Amino acid sequence: MSASATFDELRDLYQRVILERGRSPRHGRRLAAFDAAARGDNPACGDRCAVFVRRDAGQVAEVGFEARGCAICIASADLMAETVIGLSRTEANGRAEGLRRLVRVGHTTDTTLAALQPLSGVHEYPSRAKCAMLPWDALLAALAEGEPS
Amino acid sequence: MNMIANINTAMNAAAPARFDVEQVRAEFPILTQTVRGKPFTFLDSAASAQKPRPVIEAMVRAMETQYANVHRGLHWMSERTSDAYENVRDDVARLLNAPSRDEVVFTRNATEAFNLVAYSYGSLLQPGQAVVISEMEHHANLVPWQMLRDRRGIELRVAPITDAGELDLDAFEALLMDGRVGLVSITHMSNVLGTYTPVARIASLAHAHGAKVMFDGSQATVHRKVDVQAIGADFYTFTGHKLYGPTGVGILWGRAELLAAMPPMMGGGDMIESVSFERSTWTHAPQKFEAGTPAILEVIGLGAAIRFVERIGYDAMAAHELSLVDHAMARLSAIEGLKIMGSAQDRGGVISFTLEGAHAHDIATLLDQQGIAVRAGQHCAEPLMHRLGVHSTTRASFGVYTNEAEIDRLADTLERVRTFFA
Repeated sequence: MSASATFDELRDLYQRVILERGRSPRHGRRLAAFDAAARGDNPACGDRCAVFVRRDAGQVAEVGFEARGCAICIASADLMAETVIGLSRTEANGRAEGLRRLVRVGHTTDTTLAALQPLSGVHEYPSRAKCAMLPWDALLAALAEGEPS
Repeated sequence: MNMIANINTAMNAAAPARFDVEQVRAEFPILTQTVRGKPFTFLDSAASAQKPRPVIEAMVRAMETQYANVHRGLHWMSERTSDAYENVRDDVARLLNAPSRDEVVFTRNATEAFNLVAYSYGSLLQPGQAVVISEMEHHANLVPWQMLRDRRGIELRVAPITDAGELDLDAFEALLMDGRVGLVSITHMSNVLGTYTPVARIASLAHAHGAKVMFDGSQATVHRKVDVQAIGADFYTFTGHKLYGPTGVGILWGRAELLAAMPPMMGGGDMIESVSFERSTWTHAPQKFEAGTPAILEVIGLGAAIRFVERIGYDAMAAHELSLVDHAMARLSAIEGLKIMGSAQDRGGVISFTLEGAHAHDIATLLDQQGIAVRAGQHCAEPLMHRLGVHSTTRASFGVYTNEAEIDRLADTLERVRTFFA
């Protein structure tokens, strides 16, 4: 039995994709050119996530982030950077709300959330929901800032 | 339960009293709970301690047999309840070796005590005077002084700590040199580093430069006998819920002449001498600072908690803490990639650490999966985190009921956490 096998109960929370993305995110960088940015802070734990967005014709074209945080936070940011490409601000809002529900109840029939399914295990740990949402809150703030309402 | 049987080997020198941690554990009903199917391993006492049966029973008994509002009724039940409530003032005075029971003010918690002193004693300070805190203060001993600074033009000075996590006494004294410091407010034991501060030395330095001194005993009173007279304190605060008592009650002790000079913070019933529509006059301390119906049941619970720790004995508790810290330091420092915050000579049962490759949140969740409760984050001490060069830490903290088996469970699980994130 490997040492990590003793944490089998946590496989739902720390799926392979969460561990991999948390360790080596693909989008963890400040974009060379961006037209919106915002930072999310969790004062209780010191986690911080800055999100950079490049837009094209009102749609998200590219997302990068700089985060210090736990595996859940960084993996959520990394998955976010891929799943919001091509979305309008309203659609990104909807995607974030979808994730908020997913991490609360643990399941969804919404196929647009497929890429975010690895985060569903968070629902067993309500105190970790804000870890998953921190990058999204920063993204929504960036999009709100960068666009006339 | 398969726990260590003999903790006495480590404490024979210090404590003649018999101390059996398993007997102590048996007084805390919650410790028989399981969490996620595992034995509940509670290593978060510095945040809030569990409650022994005498505390629980005292509060239940009061509600079932002896309860009414205090200081008001002329009826039997109110008089008895007032007695029970007021007797706890004597318990607190005895606990702190305070010269007078009238120097004991009941607050909601230590945070309220700091706010009370910052507001009330702070109103007696003159613009241009300064307050000194340290780099390792809880936000409760920082933010009220910032509010005072902004309200009254008081300067806020921060005494640095050394890399070992001890107060830098030379730098501290340098802050006092210009004689403008009106008040020093420093922790007696860090809630992050576990460092005990040299309170008597701090007080004598403060007094030598004309400053009064307040100590945050929220952590220290849990482990060590505090004697406010021997220390030379002017104000001392602690909170009930960390001392095995209920939430909702804290203590501000202050020297009589200081309390007498201070205006009340809140107005209302119980704190007045006479009231008319034109003007009101205040009664004397401590009632002057206790406007409104107080936390009657919680105060009664705190009294039971004080009698509980007195029965166990501070010598025994301190020796137990020392042996737990030695054991924990040995076990934790053997874990590869684990770094313990601070290396103070005099440290107690609060140990914060980082583990390479694993974030404090993830560590806490993996420990929680094994039924082990720790705290992860900034521990209400964000500036200290900056000083330590970390964003968050994991903290294990011990109570009178903590045993070596729990520390072993923590260390064994941390080894697995390390592998999990490797």
